[in-house]
Amino acid sequence: MMDRLDRDIINTLQQGFPISELPYAEVAEKLDTSEEELLARLQCMLDDGLLSRFGPMYHAERMGGGLTLAAMSIPEEAFEQVCQQVNRHPEVAHNYQRDHKLNMWFVLATETPDDIVRVIAEIEKESGYPVYNMPKEREFFIGLKFEV
Amino acid sequence: MLAKTLPQAAIDTTDRRIIEATQGGLPLTPHPYHHVAAQLGLEAEEVMLRMRRMQQAGIIRRIGAVPNHYALGYRGNGMSVWDVPDARIDVLGRRIGELDFVSHCYQRPRHLPHWPYNLFAMVHGRNREEVNRKVLLIAVLLGDDYRGHEVLFSTRILKKTGLRLST
Repeated sequence: MMDRLDRDIINTLQQGFPISELPYAEVAEKLDTSEEELLARLQCMLDDGLLSRFGPMYHAERMGGGLTLAAMSIPEEAFEQVCQQVNRHPEVAHNYQRDHKLNMWFVLATETPDDIVRVIAEIEKESGYPVYNMPKEREFFIGLKFEV
Repeated sequence: MLAKTLPQAAIDTTDRRIIEATQGGLPLTPHPYHHVAAQLGLEAEEVMLRMRRMQQAGIIRRIGAVPNHYALGYRGNGMSVWDVPDARIDVLGRRIGELDFVSHCYQRPRHLPHWPYNLFAMVHGRNREEVNRKVLLIAVLLGDDYRGHEVLFSTRILKKTGLRLST
């Protein structure tokens, strides 16, 4: 179970983390706890899966790579097979089944922007179904503010 | 804040090595940047300098904790998709992105006639009912600009590896 300190840690660490000699000590001071306690709590929340990760979030497109969201409409009887064909590509970062006619949604992250077109063409050829490419055209990002 | 597409920022092989060493997470030790530096045979000062530069260039979005919504009790995450006039999307996207239950808000291309939606907003709630209530709030907020929407709930995770740089 999470207590007050765990919640404070999650809420505070969504707002950023210093790049400095002793960053955990700096954050611990703000949270009115010790560096040791903060490190132990973080380790614990990562082990328990309350946090999926802790560290720098990189912006794939600004590193020169390609990133997109793609969707497919796959009949039930072909779903498992197409799922395997799609997931086999290392460029597929996540893939979700959703309750819609477009029932397969995956994120492609590639080394270069041109690779997006190539991987989509490969998936269409292998599966025989069209892929709807939905790259983000604009981002309305205010920053995560997920209060727990 | 509206993130526009910036020209690609230059990163060199040392930056790439730092990215590879940290994309799985930052070490949980008192001196995490020294730890990364030692691993790569670099000076800690250089690692911090390069990471600060990457943060300024927007290559590092932010450094921080990524909560697992599902494990934290937010079990009803819905992808809400909206058809709104293109000419109004700037104003509307910002307004929706500011809502505290929306974690990501993007403009994406339509695929007519199958897919008329141009605005995506991830809505988080403890269950589907809560998500649907929050989605209604968005519909109200859109007012006359509302032309249609759907909410897509995920029913299964088929793959989840996260973004990884391959070398």
